[in-house]
Amino acid sequence: MTTEVGSETEVKEKAEESVAQSEPSENVTEETNEVANIEGEVEESQKEKDGKEGKGISRYLPTWLKKQKSQSQTSPTKEIPLTEKTAGKVRQEEEVNGHAEEVEEKEAGKSDQVKEKEAECHSSTSADTEPAKEEKVQESPEKSLEKAEVTKEGEGEKEQKKEQEGKAEGQQEGEEGQNSIFQSPLRLVRKAKMKLVVCHVTLLDETVYTCEVEKRAKGQYLFFKVCEHLNLLEKDYFGLTYVDSHDQKCWLDPTKEIKRQIRSNNWQFAFNVKFYPPDPSQLTEDITRYLLCLQLREDVASGRLPCSFVTHTLLGSYTLQAEFGDYEPDQPRPVDYINHQTFAPNQNKEMEEKIVELHKSHRGMTPAQADSQFLENAKKLSMYGVDLHHAKDSEGVDIMLGVCANGLLVYKDRLRINRFAWPKILKISYKRNNFYIKIRPGETEQFESTVGFKLQNHRSAKRLWKVCVENHSFFRLNTPEPPTKARFLTLGSKFRYSGRTQAQTRLASTLIDRPAPSFERTSSKRISRSLDGAPVISITEAGKDGAENGRELHSDSKDHDKTQEEVLKHQASISQLKRSFMEAPPPSPPQPNQWETRLTSSPTTTMRVQQQIVVSEPQAEAAAAADNTPSDTKEPVKTTEVEIEEMVVVKEVSKAPKPGIVTVTVSSPAEQETREQEVPVVQEVPVLVEAIVKKQESVSSESESDGEAEYHPNVSVSISHTQIPEEKEEDEELEKEEEKRPENDVLVVDASSPPAEGSQPVEVTSRQAEESSIEKAGEEKEEEVDEMEESTDDPMVTPDEAPNGLTPHEESVITMAGPAEEEEEPKMNGEAALVQTEPRPQVICCSEPPVVKTEMVTISDTFAAQKTEIATKEVPIVHTETKTITYEAAQLDGSGDGEPGVLMTAQTITSESLCTTTTTHITKTLKGGLSETRIEKRIVITGDCDIDHDEALAQAIKEAKEQHPDMSVTRVVVHKETELAEEED
Amino acid sequence: MAGLRSGFGRYTHAIVRGIPESLAKEALRTGTGEEVDLAKAQREEEAYVEVLRTQLGLEVVELPADESLPDCVFVEDAAVVCGDTALITIPGAPSRRRETEAIKAALKDLNLNIVEMADENATLDGGDVLFTGQEFFVGLSKRTNQRGAEILADAFKDYAVSTVPVMEGLHLKSFCSMGGPGLIVIGSSEPAQKALKTMQQMSDHRYDKLTVPDDGAANCIYMNLPNKGHVLLHCTPEQYPESAKVFEKLKDYTLIPLSNLEKVKVDGALTCCSVLINKKANM
Repeated sequence: MTTEVGSETEVKEKAEESVAQSEPSENVTEETNEVANIEGEVEESQKEKDGKEGKGISRYLPTWLKKQKSQSQTSPTKEIPLTEKTAGKVRQEEEVNGHAEEVEEKEAGKSDQVKEKEAECHSSTSADTEPAKEEKVQESPEKSLEKAEVTKEGEGEKEQKKEQEGKAEGQQEGEEGQNSIFQSPLRLVRKAKMKLVVCHVTLLDETVYTCEVEKRAKGQYLFFKVCEHLNLLEKDYFGLTYVDSHDQKCWLDPTKEIKRQIRSNNWQFAFNVKFYPPDPSQLTEDITRYLLCLQLREDVASGRLPCSFVTHTLLGSYTLQAEFGDYEPDQPRPVDYINHQTFAPNQNKEMEEKIVELHKSHRGMTPAQADSQFLENAKKLSMYGVDLHHAKDSEGVDIMLGVCANGLLVYKDRLRINRFAWPKILKISYKRNNFYIKIRPGETEQFESTVGFKLQNHRSAKRLWKVCVENHSFFRLNTPEPPTKARFLTLGSKFRYSGRTQAQTRLASTLIDRPAPSFERTSSKRISRSLDGAPVISITEAGKDGAENGRELHSDSKDHDKTQEEVLKHQASISQLKRSFMEAPPPSPPQPNQWETRLTSSPTTTMRVQQQIVVSEPQAEAAAAADNTPSDTKEPVKTTEVEIEEMVVVKEVSKAPKPGIVTVTVSSPAEQETREQEVPVVQEVPVLVEAIVKKQESVSSESESDGEAEYHPNVSVSISHTQIPEEKEEDEELEKEEEKRPENDVLVVDASSPPAEGSQPVEVTSRQAEESSIEKAGEEKEEEVDEMEESTDDPMVTPDEAPNGLTPHEESVITMAGPAEEEEEPKMNGEAALVQTEPRPQVICCSEPPVVKTEMVTISDTFAAQKTEIATKEVPIVHTETKTITYEAAQLDGSGDGEPGVLMTAQTITSESLCTTTTTHITKTLKGGLSETRIEKRIVITGDCDIDHDEALAQAIKEAKEQHPDMSVTRVVVHKETELAEEED
Repeated sequence: MAGLRSGFGRYTHAIVRGIPESLAKEALRTGTGEEVDLAKAQREEEAYVEVLRTQLGLEVVELPADESLPDCVFVEDAAVVCGDTALITIPGAPSRRRETEAIKAALKDLNLNIVEMADENATLDGGDVLFTGQEFFVGLSKRTNQRGAEILADAFKDYAVSTVPVMEGLHLKSFCSMGGPGLIVIGSSEPAQKALKTMQQMSDHRYDKLTVPDDGAANCIYMNLPNKGHVLLHCTPEQYPESAKVFEKLKDYTLIPLSNLEKVKVDGALTCCSVLINKKANM
């Protein structure tokens, strides 16, 4: 890979990646030689580029300088992304003259890049821990620049930086004048990453809070910043909104980069109440109630929260009392206030008089009491906390869907025509512009029903879906992410409510131990406050925020900046992970980081989903596994089948929600007792694929922060948050994209290429492969079925790119069978990849009937080259994309199912939760005097994001084992269906 | 400071109207039952008013009967009063539209905010409006349409207004009513039970239910009066023996059986004969 350092962007990207991954400095140092070589290359390539771009020396300007500049333009920057040690130096130089720094930076940059490259090359598995990063930085002051580039990483050291802030500011400002000369638009674009951006957040009192954040900061960062400014502790009820390009108000996802969400350069936000506490009196602090009051005043005045004349006057009077205290006849202020204040959409003199009249009756009431009274009345209003969304019912009639703490309300005009309480809702999903809820059957009904609504477009559908998921989580769950069992199920949808639930926040509130903070009320603020005084936050400060932020940012950057090499590494690490998952039942759950790092960068010129699955079966591991399950003798061999089906719906052109379905079947036939567990998981993963142009953008975005261009079904949950391209990105740099495309291709290839994994052959399944493997497996009765290793597959990448918004279909089936005997031959080796180039590929190998029977393409094993070809050549007209991974454990005798046996009992249990449906079939049969119990679990997860097949598989197996330690897993099938929706808008 | 929806069942005033002689022959009826004994009906009405005025101490506004309006005794359908807002309805039956005039005047005299239904296409009978103290349920029946319900929702913005299809019977309240705060008295017929389910599903609030064997008995009048506590005007044992027994099990209630044998022949229930108003909340 090192030789490929052809393009500047690539290099850069790598550099970033490496930074993100930061490996122990030891590695770096060891490989000096290589570094040198690489360095040369890098330099050259850079020069070339520079020449082309005509940027000249400016090219070498440190990115942080640019940042500074940008900062200075908007507001004074407090932060400098340099480490303490180096910072001093650099600054001094800078002061003296701009050129000096440039040079230094240049060098530093080179070395950094080189090192990074090395690191990448040499370290196959990267354990990226922050501590490592920091160490690195500190150890080598030269790298400070590097750090500067990735400002986020510097956050860990916030405190230290803070001290220097003041100093830095002055210096930077001085410098900027000089540096500005060198900046060219191109550069700006390129270095946009490091840029600071100024955010304007409109607070509830209508003042604007201005602060700077790193351009790649996540929503959470800004939100915390705002809360800090407000001195708000009970912040879980609040959130930030932005207006998207379609003029829709959206909630800023705290877990994702802001930049990706707003998709424009309009960094304007509003601080709002996101979850209206049903009982405000349970809030701990007055300041929280005050903010809620402010929101409600606005809601009432705007008509969003309708109320009667009487209520208007009552609420208005409490507002006066809270803002101005007791009624004073001589005091003109309240009157003025009334005149300028809107209490109601149709405010009139009569109302104002009534308000004043009522105000008189509140004498003696403190502001906090008045707020409480206000809330007590407001909370009873029927539309309190109801978030309305326009929709149409199945007959095309205009309705409104209201999401609230209790569930989903359906309104026609002002009338409530239906209501679905959360407990009644089994599943919430959306597909294109359709929004569905699956309803639990009533006492007298036998089957659940699904109610569908049409929204204006997929964006609306998705927005509604998200709001539902969040409200449900917040108000109904004790914790956002349920432990283990639930955990598996949660794989399904990437999008989750990431904050605390109401239960948690209440608990947390009880721990608040501070004197009631004093705060200025609107009235007084209006008089004294000036916007200029608004605090400005710089990145450095941000850095202070804490380890949390820093980490998140880090991981983020990791995800986004991936190189080909990394891909390989990732694959390797992935396989390892898988192995560990599958083998060791008890071991800890997959670490998000590792999964995240897993590469998925699929260069998508088109929208493709790349999946890398590594399946290998190490003997040793198998042996270990054997331990778990009593091998020979007494204990029956147990096998468990896990089937996971995933459905991912990808929309094209404009963002389309992707519903995905994942089915996991686990069955474990044992001699004495065989149980099968099927855990089908169906997930709906909304993936947005954008039109060609957009796709490109997304690609480019990858360069910037990779995640978007990739639509990996495999993405782990955590990743998904960041990576799911739910939203189009801004296209800041088309040029980059283009440049990168080639890279992407390369990446693809790498990714697809099977990682060299260890011991056991990698299996990829095509039908034949599967069959053979299965048979073999069947033959062997040995233990270990459970321990299958993993085979990696990059199943399908289907390119779909048709400008028309065609969607690709992909289906891949992977079968894993544990080798019965210790070292068996690999059932399949390698990977046979069948790739069909036809527009509509058909499923070539499926161990199981594909869930989606139409238009499926199965690529058992795809070589990168082939993939890419397909991608570019094909213009598939597929609308759904399915992927199936099947794992078959060795079965005792041929096929466990083969023998009829006598059926003793059979039962089916179905349980559903919001996004998942679990069906468990338990059958007991008598075979030759042995009773066999088969448990088949089918879990269908419907969600909005990509499912990580590998993780799902691993989890399914793991859980199956945990739940039924005495059984073995015989089969796991993961089927994923992604729908690529063509988009209208 | 009373705030919203405090004091459910508290009333100070009642509007009633006399029985015209035309009731016996011209009043609308869903069934083809026996002929109404006018004298008996008038006696029932007198007893009804007596209870409200004397026993319960309400200020009763008695409107004179209008012979041209055979159904005019059933004042409930002409107006919906909640808080100090009165919505003057457009009754679903054309022959009853003029009944609202007198009612409106009476309500105006009581200083209530009068809201009229401007939409000609809207129809609403007060008998289809069930106010639980927390929210409204509006039966969509032969007499009340969606538009009417919408207007009601607009008139009482503070409250959720849910629609309930009325499959059988004249009005929503032909088989149900409030028996206390959070207590819905419901008939046991299938349509009644179905309607109850609908209401329960539509509501964010939890309601207890009191099921009575006879749908007609499910229409009763609940009040919560100072010095009297829970008061329930309900059917007599003569009329609905089984249902009466159910009411008798209510504890801490002042139970007042009221005969309704004649009026029921023309679909008149207990609630139909009065518009109850709580003027005290009004400043």
